[in-house]
Amino acid sequence: MQENKFEIVDQPIDVEAMRAKVMDRNAGAVTLFIGTVREMTKGKKTLSLQYEAYAPMAIKMFEQIEREILEQWPDVRLAITHRVGLLAISDIAVVIAVSSPHRKVAYEANEFAIERIKQIVPIWKKEHWEDGTAWIGDQLENVPYPNGRPEEAE
Amino acid sequence: MISILFFAQLQESMGQAQMEVPLAGKTVAEVKAWLEKEYPLLSLAQVMTAVNEEFARDQTIVNEGDQVAFIPPISGG
Repeated sequence: MQENKFEIVDQPIDVEAMRAKVMDRNAGAVTLFIGTVREMTKGKKTLSLQYEAYAPMAIKMFEQIEREILEQWPDVRLAITHRVGLLAISDIAVVIAVSSPHRKVAYEANEFAIERIKQIVPIWKKEHWEDGTAWIGDQLENVPYPNGRPEEAE
Repeated sequence: MISILFFAQLQESMGQAQMEVPLAGKTVAEVKAWLEKEYPLLSLAQVMTAVNEEFARDQTIVNEGDQVAFIPPISGG
């Protein structure tokens, strides 16, 4: 049950399997965040997205996020899978599963996880539009990093 | 030797994902400066660095056999 809590995969993500990974007899709530490929961004039409990861480091960063979550919410269980490769509109790019005895923490810890993914996990997406392509970065406007790395979360 | 990894737009501008350079004992800042001098098209200005899969600072020293990854602004999720 503990293995494969954090994965980078190049195949479609099984959402139900993600729920099963965090199931616990003491869980009273499970939140599933499903990040999907959006067609329109600021008026521009995306045809497809390509994700790339520095996989071994991404797994380490998922584990760091888990440590940060357990410091704040010790009773939570967490699983994260991010897909890489070429994705079409509405494909699932990332699933975050959190279980907790109570619902509020399950929501809060899940949101914390996606915010931290966008800050510290080395994954990139390349947009393919009708008129070209570009690697997307700095969605949080949190670069440049004055200390050369993202700030630690409180 | 240290090994350097490039991702996303850095990988495209370098035309390669990985290279070996004889820069053991240098700081991250010195490695960046060396690469930018050797490869004028490479810009590491807004790029984070990881040494052996951990975020590193500009003053971090890289040792023989280390893996240095340059991480452009990320966009996962």
